[in-house]
Amino acid sequence: MKSDLLKIANKNFKSRLIVGTGKYNSMLECSKAIKVSGAEIVTVAVRRVNITDRSKPLLMDYIDPKKIMYLPNTAGCFTSNDALRTLRLAREIGGWKIVKLEVLGDKKNLFPDMIETLKSTEILTKEGFKVMVYCNDDPLMCKRLENSGASAVMPLAAPIGSGLGIQNVTNIKILRKQTKVPLIIDAGIGQASDAVQAMELGCDAVLVNTAIAKAKNPLQMAESMKYAVISGRKSFLSGRITPNLQGAPSTTKKGII
Amino acid sequence: MNKKNKIKIVVNGKVLTVNFKFSLKNLIEKLKTPINKIAIELNEEIVDKKKLNKIFLKNKDKIEIVHFIGGG
Repeated sequence: MKSDLLKIANKNFKSRLIVGTGKYNSMLECSKAIKVSGAEIVTVAVRRVNITDRSKPLLMDYIDPKKIMYLPNTAGCFTSNDALRTLRLAREIGGWKIVKLEVLGDKKNLFPDMIETLKSTEILTKEGFKVMVYCNDDPLMCKRLENSGASAVMPLAAPIGSGLGIQNVTNIKILRKQTKVPLIIDAGIGQASDAVQAMELGCDAVLVNTAIAKAKNPLQMAESMKYAVISGRKSFLSGRITPNLQGAPSTTKKGII
Repeated sequence: MNKKNKIKIVVNGKVLTVNFKFSLKNLIEKLKTPINKIAIELNEEIVDKKKLNKIFLKNKDKIEIVHFIGGG
């Protein structure tokens, strides 16, 4: 089989699973889960350095950004200005150009504010960022993001951290048909079958955080997600049979006794 | 100690008193923060990490020092 690589902003990746690094019990557990998941990209957040307690371990001490690509995000940003400030700082830390933009609009459900998101995408793209955009599953807004230069369109399956799985299959199918940049399901995955479904719908990758970090056994769930994404992708590429309401025997009648 | 030789700055929301002619480089060294793992803002402007020794802090300067943490 010829190699099937995920290409984002001219960078190739073997793994189609992107994992978040939040909510783990410890950084050690987080780094182990990443290893098991086979992910080559991890999302990270930008926060103040603790200037009073410097004994706290640093993320970079556990996850080497030379080996695993850091994808800085704008978690917790509710305005375009906050998101832009965060990503400009992220770039300053070490030259990160590929970033994840998320501008939230709804504190309860964490739905994205698509007006602010679109505005930020336009500005960041002009500043030379390669922007992977967390967004709603609305085909019109997704098309606008793509036209504004988004490097990946990342619709939610369900609210962040909800674990509800893909709620609007029809929209994801429509998005698959219209989207030319990588289409990545971001947020709402709860279990391996959700990741399989996303990949079988033709999505290019899946981003998972809570479903792994908060599973009773995070390392095993990380492994499960790894295989789910591989399995779903292969299933999609293999070309499924046409569903039929009528049964069809698997064994020939020829030679029956 | 002569108070005239001291200035007050705000680092990550905390007030610090430092000497007059204190540079951003001095601050980063004082905090023992690894320079390759952080980004710095001075009064909401991103600072070029190569020029830290040339930037001297003034009274009431606001400094933000950020790094990467776990996030989804």
